[in-house]
Amino acid sequence: MARVGVFVCHCGSNIAATVDVAKVAEEAVKMDHVVYATHYVYMCSTPGQELIQQKIQEYQLDRVVVAACSPRMHERTFRKATAQGGLNPYLMEQANIREHDSWVHADIPVATEKAIEIVRMAVAKAVGLAPLEAAQVGITKRCLVIGGGIAGVQAALDVAEAGYEVVIVEREPSLGGHMAQLDKTFPTLDCSACILTPKLVDAAQHPKIKLYTYSEVVGVKGFVGNFQVTIRRKPRYVDEKLCTGCGICWNSCPLRPRVQEDGTVKGGFPSKFEANLGRRAAIYVPFAQAVPLVPVIDTEHCTWFVKGGKCGLCAQKCPRGAVNYTQSEELITEPFGAIIVATGFDLFDARALGEYGYGRYPDVITGLELERLMNASGPTHGHVLRPSDGRPPKTVVLVSCVGSRDEKIGRPYCSVVCCMYLAKHAIMLKEHDPEVEVYNFYMDIRAGGKDYDEFTRRAIEQYGAHYLRGRVSQVYERDGKLIVEGVDTLIGRPVEIQADLVVLATGITAPEGARELFQTLNISYNQYAFINEAHPKLQPVETNTDGILLAGCATGPKDIPATVAQASGAAAKAIGILSKETLIANPMVAEVNERECVACQLCVQVCPYRAIEMTTTRRGKPVAHVNPSVCKGCGLCVNACRGGAINLKGFTDQQLVSQVSALLAEPLAEVLDER
Amino acid sequence: MTRYGYYPGCSLEGTAREYDVSTRIACQELGIELVELEGWSCCGASSAHATRYWLSLALPARNLRLAQEQGFSALVAPCAMCYARLRHTQHALRDPAVREQVNSLLDRPLQDAEVKVHSLVDLFSEEERLNLLRSKVQRDLSGLRLACYYGCLLVRPPEVLEPDDPEYPTMLDRIVEAAGATVVDWPLKTECCGGSLSLSRTDIALELTRRLLEDALCRGANGIVTACPMCHANLDMRQQQINRRYGTQLDLPILYFTQLVGLATGHAPKELLLHHHLVEPWSLLAQAGIPA
Repeated sequence: MARVGVFVCHCGSNIAATVDVAKVAEEAVKMDHVVYATHYVYMCSTPGQELIQQKIQEYQLDRVVVAACSPRMHERTFRKATAQGGLNPYLMEQANIREHDSWVHADIPVATEKAIEIVRMAVAKAVGLAPLEAAQVGITKRCLVIGGGIAGVQAALDVAEAGYEVVIVEREPSLGGHMAQLDKTFPTLDCSACILTPKLVDAAQHPKIKLYTYSEVVGVKGFVGNFQVTIRRKPRYVDEKLCTGCGICWNSCPLRPRVQEDGTVKGGFPSKFEANLGRRAAIYVPFAQAVPLVPVIDTEHCTWFVKGGKCGLCAQKCPRGAVNYTQSEELITEPFGAIIVATGFDLFDARALGEYGYGRYPDVITGLELERLMNASGPTHGHVLRPSDGRPPKTVVLVSCVGSRDEKIGRPYCSVVCCMYLAKHAIMLKEHDPEVEVYNFYMDIRAGGKDYDEFTRRAIEQYGAHYLRGRVSQVYERDGKLIVEGVDTLIGRPVEIQADLVVLATGITAPEGARELFQTLNISYNQYAFINEAHPKLQPVETNTDGILLAGCATGPKDIPATVAQASGAAAKAIGILSKETLIANPMVAEVNERECVACQLCVQVCPYRAIEMTTTRRGKPVAHVNPSVCKGCGLCVNACRGGAINLKGFTDQQLVSQVSALLAEPLAEVLDER
Repeated sequence: MTRYGYYPGCSLEGTAREYDVSTRIACQELGIELVELEGWSCCGASSAHATRYWLSLALPARNLRLAQEQGFSALVAPCAMCYARLRHTQHALRDPAVREQVNSLLDRPLQDAEVKVHSLVDLFSEEERLNLLRSKVQRDLSGLRLACYYGCLLVRPPEVLEPDDPEYPTMLDRIVEAAGATVVDWPLKTECCGGSLSLSRTDIALELTRRLLEDALCRGANGIVTACPMCHANLDMRQQQINRRYGTQLDLPILYFTQLVGLATGHAPKELLLHHHLVEPWSLLAQAGIPA
C-alpha cells in the first residue's frame, strides 16, 4: 500500500491566479494512496524543497507528487529534494499544472477541475513507479579534435593544458586551415601567419598532443566517455619520423616550377594553398611554415607513380632516406572520451553566378585569392598584380555578398566576415599602392565586433576607399579593362566602373565531405551542412550527442575571435567530461525483456541514437540489447516493438495505462487485455 | 519530316513577316513540317501579364488546348514573346488549382496531354539538326561576323524557360557556326535592349540599344543575329534615331537566325525578305559574295 504525498505549488500567481491550489490539495488528500497533501507558494525554493524533505520523513512517504511547472523546468530540483528526503529520486512524479493548465486556460473552475484530474493521473502513475539506479560508466581520458585549423588547434591546446591527451586529425598535409592562407587579419591588421604559427608549433611540441595530419576520420562507434574512432592515415610517401624538412627533395623535383627570365613561372602544378595562383612540385609542403614540415607526394603527377617507377630523384637525394614510395594507407582505431568537431569551411564557387565572370575573366578573383597576392610569401611575392598580364591594377572593385544573402541560389544567410575583410582589402590595397582607386559595392556594412565599425570607417575616411551602396549587375571585359556595371542607390544612379581587378567576397560554405563526416559522427546538420548546435543560444558548442562538441565555422560562418572563444568553450566542455571519474547515465532508458524478444531487429533500425545492438543470451538466444549509456529514453523502440518486449523505465506501459485508467470510468486494462 | 503545330503569333503576320517567311523556308530545309494551328489567337504577350493575371494565363491556354484538340504533341512558336508566354502558362498550369481556374475561363477545358512548346532556337540547335544544316550549306558565310543576341525572353526566368545557361547561352551561336558564319563572342548576349520601355521611355530604349550595338561593333561584328521580333524591331528600327541623338554612325544589319539558315542553304535574300529590314544588309551580304 503506497504512501503518496502531494505538493501543490502556487508558483507565485502563475498557477494560483487561475487554479484554486488549496482546493486541489484538498481533493488530492481524498485520492487513493494519498496520505498527505499541501500547497505552498514556491515549491522550487529552498523552503519549498525542505518542505518535501520534512514531510517525507514525517509521514513516511514512499512516493512524491509535485504539482507545479513543467518537468523541463524543475524535475531535477524536485528529484534532488526527494533524494535528500531519503527516497530514491525516481519515485517522484511531476504533474504539470502550469504550462498544461494555468497558462493555457482563463476559466478558474475549469482550470481547477483540470488540475485535479492531472494530479489524479500523476498519483496513479506515482503508485506504479519503481526505484531506478543510474548506471556509472568509465571514461577514456583522451580527446579527439577533428580539424587542425585555428579552432581545432586552440581547443587542443586548452584540453592538453588541462592535462589530458589530445589527438588532432587534419586532412590536409599541414595544420593551419584557411587562417594560414590569410595575409592580414582584421581589425588589428596582424599578420595572420605570425599569430597563427606559434600556436601550431605549440601544438606540435606539446607533450600531450599527437598530430595525425594528412589523415581523416572514417568511423566512429561508441558513446560519450567511450568512443572508438577509426582514422585513415593517408600515405605521404615520406617517413615523418625521419624527415627533417630540409627541403632538398622539393627543390630537386624535376617537375618543380621554375621562374623564367621574363618573370613568368613554368612547370609545377597548381598549389591549393596558393588558391591555384601559385605552383608547386610533385613532392611538396603546402607552405614554408607547415606543421609538420614534412612533404607529401602528389601521386597523380609524380613521375614515379605515373610512369611506373621512373625518376625517384627525391628518394636518392634525401640525406635521411625518408622518401618511401611503398608506404601504404593505414587504418588505426583509438579510444577517446570526447570529440571536438572543428572542421571549418570552404568558399562559395563564384562560377555559379555567371554575371560576375569568375572563371571567364582571369582578373575577376576571390577575396582569398587576393590574400595570396598580397602576401609576401605568395605567388607574386606580395605585389598585387593582375593575373592576366602581371601589371599592377590602378582601379580595383570589391563586390560584397557573392553567394551570401541570396535567396535565388538557396544561400540566404550572411557570411559574417566579408564586410570586414573587404574593408581590410581596401586598406591593404591602399597600403600597397596609395594611388590605387578602390570601390566597394555593398548592401550593408556589417561591423558588429569590437573595433570593427571604427575599422571600416578608417577604410573610408583615412584611406579614401569609395563605398557604393548598390549591387553589381554584370562584369565583362572590353579593351583590356573589366567593365563593372552596378548601381549607387544613395544617389539613385547606375554606375559603370572600368576596373583593372575585381574582387568577389565569396560566401562561407560547408567544406567538402562535411555531410559524410557528420553522418559518420551521427550528428545533425542543417540544409547548408552547418552542424546543428544542441541549442543555438544556450549550448553553442554542444551537439545533441553527448561527448561531441563543436568549435568554429563548422556550425556556421564566424570570425576568428568568435572561433577562438568557441574553441576554448568546447575545450572546457570536453575537460568537464574527461575530468570525471565516471559518468552517470540517465536511468530512464529502454530495457528489453529478453524472454519476450523475438530478435526482429525493428528497434535496432528505429533507434535514432544507435543505442540498440543485437546480442545473445547465455543460452544462445539472439536478443536486442539497449546500451543504457547511449539511450536517450525517446521511446521510439517501445512503439516499434511488435511484441511489447521493450519498456521505457519511468514510463512503462503499466504506468501509462494506470494514468489513463485514473481518468476513465472503468479501468483501461479491461479494455486492452493483451498488455 | 517531323510534324509540329505552328504558332506564328501576331508579329510574324505583321512587322516580323520576314521571320515567318524565313522560318517556313528554314524549317523546310531542316526537315521540320509546320502545320499552322487552326484558329489560333492572341497570346497576350504585349500587355496581359502586366495587367490581368488570369487573362495572361487563359489566352495562351486557349492555344494550348487548340493544339491538343488538333492532335499536336508539340508546338513551335518562333516569336520569343509568344514562346515565353506559352511556357509560363504551362509552368503555372502544373498547379491543379490554377488549372481549374483557367479551365473555367476557357470555352472548352484543357485536356490532359502535355503539349511540348518549342522556340525554334532549341529545335535548330539539336545536334542532328545542326549536322543536317552543316551538310546542306551551299555558301561560304565566313565573312559574316555575327554576334548572337538572345534578349531576355528566351532565357529568363531560368526555372521556366530552361535555357542552356541563363547568363551565357550558346544555342544561337551553335546554329550560326553550323551555318558556316563566324561567331563573334560578346558579353552582352542577354542584356536588356529597353524594349518594354520602347514607347514610354524611348530615351532609355535608345541608350540601351546603342550600348548593345556599339559593343557588338567594337568586338568586330558586322551583323547581329536575333530570334525575337521585339529584339529585331528595337535593334533594326532604332539605329537612325540613335545616330541622330548620339551622333553615331551605326549601320549594323540585324538578321533573324532563320534568314541566316536560308542564306546558308542557298536561298535568295529577297526570298527571305531581307529587303524588308530598315538597316539594309547588302554590304554585309557582299562579304559572303551574295548579290542583292
